[in-house]
Amino acid sequence: MTAQVQISLDVNGERVDAHVAPRLNLADFLREHLQLTGTHVGCEHGVCGACTVRVNGDIVRSCLMLAVQTQDASIETIEGLSDSGEIADLQAAFRDRNALQCGFCTPGMLMAAQDLLKLEAEPDRDRIREHLSGNYCRCTGYQAIIDAIETTARARAGRAP
Amino acid sequence: MKASAFSYARPTSVSNALELLHAHGDRAKVLSGGQSLMPAMNLRLISPELIVDIGELTELRGIAVTGHGVRIGALTRHVDLARSGEIAAHAPLLVEAISHVAHPAIRNRGTLGGSLAHADPASELPACMLALNATIVVRGQAGERRIAAQDFFTGIYETALSPEELLVAVELPAKPKNSAHFFHEFARRHGDYAILGLAAQAIVDADIFSDLRLAFFAVGDRPVLARAAQKLTGVAVTSAVLSGASTALAEELDPQDDQQASASMRRHLAKVLLVRCVTGLLGRPDLDAGGSA
Repeated sequence: MTAQVQISLDVNGERVDAHVAPRLNLADFLREHLQLTGTHVGCEHGVCGACTVRVNGDIVRSCLMLAVQTQDASIETIEGLSDSGEIADLQAAFRDRNALQCGFCTPGMLMAAQDLLKLEAEPDRDRIREHLSGNYCRCTGYQAIIDAIETTARARAGRAP
Repeated sequence: MKASAFSYARPTSVSNALELLHAHGDRAKVLSGGQSLMPAMNLRLISPELIVDIGELTELRGIAVTGHGVRIGALTRHVDLARSGEIAAHAPLLVEAISHVAHPAIRNRGTLGGSLAHADPASELPACMLALNATIVVRGQAGERRIAAQDFFTGIYETALSPEELLVAVELPAKPKNSAHFFHEFARRHGDYAILGLAAQAIVDADIFSDLRLAFFAVGDRPVLARAAQKLTGVAVTSAVLSGASTALAEELDPQDDQQASASMRRHLAKVLLVRCVTGLLGRPDLDAGGSA
């Protein structure tokens, strides 16, 4: 009864066909079947934000989505955003501002931050905090993370950081 | 943890979904956005044998303004409601409430129907349905039932929906003239479930409430439409009237004690929100006789 299901989807611009068990969540599919281990698995119940990926352009929790639900979907992971150069400036700002310590939360933070920067040209610090409210950093790095995002927003808007 | 094994079906029509629910009863669970169901499954709080994924049923999606009000399909996501011009015009209370529902990544998947069918007593949208006097439309193989929001929520995670029925839509009555709304909740962190919250919808005519619906949430096993609102309706509200309504509210509510707050703290917060709501809606800060959160 728990037969495998065939899925076809697009991951970081490449077509993927696979057979998956219904219980397999998207995060585990990306990590274990596609070896895209930049998507991290923290709490596995949607609280920590470490597994944030883009599905059809929207950020989602990949631990709260089944792989079988991604039929015909377009998925972008941190590897995709990183390789395309889309977030090169944001990554540089994270480095410059020491916005990561252990780095576990960083892929999710970058996904959520880039989502905000695409929606709004120059969010203030409160908006940044609000948009990142679903992403945990346990190294207490929030101030630096917000600094890095604010700096990137200003630079993209053509203003001095 | 990971969800335990289950079978998976992706129906292509509502009638197809209803056949599956009829055949499997409470061994099946409907998957909409999955933002409440998936955590419960990953934590092994529930282990359904069959998941009926209704995500592809486009007939359950969308917002339509009708002659009688607004009809919202069950699969309409939180983010769709928040960005909808129709919802902003006809039910601005919902737009405000949704900014308090979890976080952007959750709002991109979570659906209105899923939130209502899940019926968490601390969640925002069930209370909004009470405040907006919504009708919940459910369908089974025997046909459609239309249930008043007030009768829909029956306990913690419990509703009037049978395992063989599907929540298909919500209908909101047309917004009357001079309507006003209020929404606020106390939570430890933005996006967390509320310690206590209030969703209110009112009609204000010449500084008098001709209608006032106060839906409190996280005050017990389901959202509560406070009877204390009657004391504020059809009368000129004075400090004494508000104070009387506040006392009546505290007596009427029977909130739970839990790790977030004691019952007496919840009663206190409910009174604080009542005062903020009434003074805000009437534009009368002078009515506040004192006391703060």
